[in-house]
Amino acid sequence: MEIWGKALKYGSDINTDVIIPGQFLVLTNSEELAKHAMEGLDLEFHKKVKERKIIVAEKNFGCGSSREQAPIALKYAGVRCILAHSFARIFYRNAVNVGLPVLECGKVVMRILDGDELYINPKTGIIKNISRDVEFKVNPVPDFLLEIMEMGLVKFIREKRKK
Amino acid sequence: MNIIEKILAKASDRSDVNPGEIIEANIDKVMANDITAPLAVKAFKDMGGKKVWNKEGIILVLDHLVPANRDRSAELHMLLRGFVREQKIKYFYDVGRGGVCHQIMMENHVKPGEVIVGGDSHTCTYGAIGAFATGIGSTEVASVFLTGKLWFKVPKAINIVVKGKLKQPIAPKDLILYIIGQFKADGVTYMGVKFSGKAIRDTSIDGRMTLCNMVVEMGAKNGIIEPDEKTALYLKERRLTPFDFIKDDADAKYYKTVYYDASELEPMVACPFTVDNVKPVSEVDNVEVDQAVIGSCTNGRLEDLRLAAQIFRNKKVKRGVRVLIIPSSQKVYVDAMNEGLLETFIKAGALICNPCCGPCYGGHLGLLAAEEVCISTTNRNFVGRMGSPTAKIYLASPATVASSALTGRITDPRYKDG
Ligand code: SF4
Repeated sequence: MEIWGKALKYGSDINTDVIIPGQFLVLTNSEELAKHAMEGLDLEFHKKVKERKIIVAEKNFGCGSSREQAPIALKYAGVRCILAHSFARIFYRNAVNVGLPVLECGKVVMRILDGDELYINPKTGIIKNISRDVEFKVNPVPDFLLEIMEMGLVKFIREKRKK
Repeated sequence: MNIIEKILAKASDRSDVNPGEIIEANIDKVMANDITAPLAVKAFKDMGGKKVWNKEGIILVLDHLVPANRDRSAELHMLLRGFVREQKIKYFYDVGRGGVCHQIMMENHVKPGEVIVGGDSHTCTYGAIGAFATGIGSTEVASVFLTGKLWFKVPKAINIVVKGKLKQPIAPKDLILYIIGQFKADGVTYMGVKFSGKAIRDTSIDGRMTLCNMVVEMGAKNGIIEPDEKTALYLKERRLTPFDFIKDDADAKYYKTVYYDASELEPMVACPFTVDNVKPVSEVDNVEVDQAVIGSCTNGRLEDLRLAAQIFRNKKVKRGVRVLIIPSSQKVYVDAMNEGLLETFIKAGALICNPCCGPCYGGHLGLLAAEEVCISTTNRNFVGRMGSPTAKIYLASPATVASSALTGRITDPRYKDG
């Protein structure tokens, strides 16, 4: 898996309530959920994500509720990958399970600015900031998770059951 | 091994486990509610699921949108009723039969030493009686429906030792808010949290649930308290027998041990817009409030209602403040009625709502208008959590919320008249 795109920066403690506010949890359709992605935080999000498809955030991204609607909304709104200093536990698992690549990066996120052009390889943990011509190495995603991250847990289990 | 490692070792049929190891655990019970179960049912079908692994191991609860507030919520409920019929799910709490999912689990299902997962982040509540319980997302709920198993990384664990005594009206809520204020929102991310020490031993099961409930607000995977005589009594009263106590080995290891003294605690308030923005009540006691909420999986139990009723007795809620009392289950509702607490609330001018999540997560019942201020016993105060994104939520104990309802501004329950 290799991912290219521009960085869209956010701060610390971005919680799932702002990623997808509670009132929209009656929605079950991914495209409908996507329309309300980040509505609690950034009303310009949809405009920004057209151009900048890699969220680069600081600490504790996705804290709060277990709602899987949060990574679903981001994925279907066009987000290709999330790099964060750290993730909240349930969000991390949910993102993997819905097939939204996530990578824990520690301080590396400080060296990426909004709009920077990035290359990401979750398998090797290599992140290149093409705009600034620097390369970082973070902990790669373990193989068993990578497989789920690539296809999502639903498909992963469906395939496994076929065998 | 410590209590968490022992439970996970048992659940994965191993003689021992170490922090950082990935294990596959057999799940004793899985819970989901009306906003997480519908996605799980859909994922279950998409996975090719025909039959659930154990129709007695699944507990489904309607609580977030109860009773249905619009057609779309009613459809979610309908979908779940269909799934329950089709799969012959034994434990389903429909409208009028249950209450907040975690309360229902604790009243009827959880036992010490079990591994329980739930499609809700506050599943960590069940550690109050010594279970390993943690929140997961809907797709994983579906995979448990299918296989009864789930992978975990064995967490590093910290031991929070609380000595001294909580002096009423200082409550377990004040303690956990204080601790979250110290650790901050990501202070124990991925870790297990054990509470121990004299103040914890002295705390009721209701209070222990409040403590374990909120560990997720500092990023923890689970909260846990070793079972003791209080736990045994709680289980017997609810006929949750037989049960098996798992405790720390004598040489149990913790990544870190921290000490607090409950005797020195003041009433605490988490201020907008993060749960870790915690201050002693004296620093915010001039803030005027429009709404006061007593309820939720954090603080809607009998003990909480008793504490609030003591303060409301023969008093009137300040004009201009609306008070919502939301018992966390039908059982709590009846118990509160039998003790006369409900009459106290009604006479004070409070509204008693049906057992459900209420305005806690902003989807239903009792939401806030722009710029309004609410003091609440719930567990999150994020932007937009209770309605308008400009409304402000302060989190506090039932005593502080009740005292504030009487004066119309955030009030120290130790000086409630003043
Ligand atoms: S009461 Fe609030 S925190 Fe608890 S389960 Fe319901 S919405 Fe979630």
